[in-house]
Amino acid sequence: MLTKRIIPCLDIKDGRTVKGVNFVNLRDAGDPVELATQYALEQADELVFLDISATEQKRKTLADLVLRVAEAIDIPFTVGGGISSVKDVEILLKNGADKVSINSAAVNNPNLIDELANQFGSQCIVVAIDAKQIKDQWKVHLVGGKVLTELDLFDWARELESRGAGEILFTSMDHDGTKSGFANKALERLSSNINLPIIASGGAGSVSHFVESFTLGKADAALAASVFHFGEISIPKLKKELKQQQIAVRIDEL
Amino acid sequence: MVAIIDYGAGNTKSLQFALDRLGTDSILTSDAAQIKNAEKVIFPGQGAAASAIRKLQRLGLDTLIGDLKQPVLGICLGMQLLCEHTEEGDVSGLGIVKGTVKRFSNKVKVPQMGWNSIHDLKGPLFEGIDEGSYMYLVHSYFVSKSKETVALSDYNGAYSVALQKENFYGVQFHPEKSSQKGQQVLSNFLKLSS
Repeated sequence: MLTKRIIPCLDIKDGRTVKGVNFVNLRDAGDPVELATQYALEQADELVFLDISATEQKRKTLADLVLRVAEAIDIPFTVGGGISSVKDVEILLKNGADKVSINSAAVNNPNLIDELANQFGSQCIVVAIDAKQIKDQWKVHLVGGKVLTELDLFDWARELESRGAGEILFTSMDHDGTKSGFANKALERLSSNINLPIIASGGAGSVSHFVESFTLGKADAALAASVFHFGEISIPKLKKELKQQQIAVRIDEL
Repeated sequence: MVAIIDYGAGNTKSLQFALDRLGTDSILTSDAAQIKNAEKVIFPGQGAAASAIRKLQRLGLDTLIGDLKQPVLGICLGMQLLCEHTEEGDVSGLGIVKGTVKRFSNKVKVPQMGWNSIHDLKGPLFEGIDEGSYMYLVHSYFVSKSKETVALSDYNGAYSVALQKENFYGVQFHPEKSSQKGQQVLSNFLKLSS
């Protein structure tokens, strides 16, 4: 049976993890490779690296980091943040990323999704959507939520599916950082409207939130950052509890 | 030395790193002599079937692969291309293994993405791997069950996640991305005698 995925997200700035990490067994909490290795050992199902640096050196640093991560871990990972061209994607995939996540560039140039899907295959093209509820409508936002667009979340997701996106990473800005649970209603609607895997993001605070993202939200995967980085929720414990709640998860007895 | 067939398929880097972790030397190559003389050959794949076949033809590798005598492992699209025909782009495969490749029904999400359990494991590739182990898969097309099936998984019904015919092996999952169990499959392949 296909299992639900648990995905820690690492924010990267100039090749280092930011937002802080509180892991007792790491020598260097800022090293993304060390953190990634730890998560792989804990049976995280996938990792997402989100590059938030804005320097000119950024591409090279990110490409180097991807290479080091691919060398160190044996689970799939996605890289996102400022990717805007076929060339950007080519370098990251060549260095060992399994998937790339496109956000603003997809809105600014939707044809990019068609081009990327044709060239590299849909399976490695994740589109990230940040949306916020405004007067009962879920509106897509850009630049970390600073810029409002005219796009409706559900219409946009459908368009992305038809253009060849392989997966949708939906972050509810209303829920992000609140630790009050995922946007399950919107997730459920998204999941029934389109036929792509959906990653739930924004709002994880407890084990039951993960359970609900799968049962109520019908998500295929759930992503979180701080609850994992600060050890508030341990991945092995989370997966054990999900299994007890009859949710299919990968637990390897080693 | 393991030759990884280079025809522009995606993510060969992770495969090379996985072989490195097993202490095995590998070379990414499209050179016919190098491929023929390698102890083992890996035929990777990610991307679209039609363009992959065109690239293989252009490099003259489409006929070479079928003539190889050493153990050959097709991964993901590499496994699908060992078959006779694929619905993806409606093109002929290499025809080494019987079977056709079809798209998953829209009753399930396509692509299938994530870790699925595998069962009915047969043959040397799955030595030491428990029934129900999880492997990482990402694909929109699948190979039906046949007499060359050596492992099954379920997604809208049972389908082949591994094939074997003589020295040709194929896995739909990504062993290089399937943690310790995947590493075991790769290690089993490397132990096969020529």
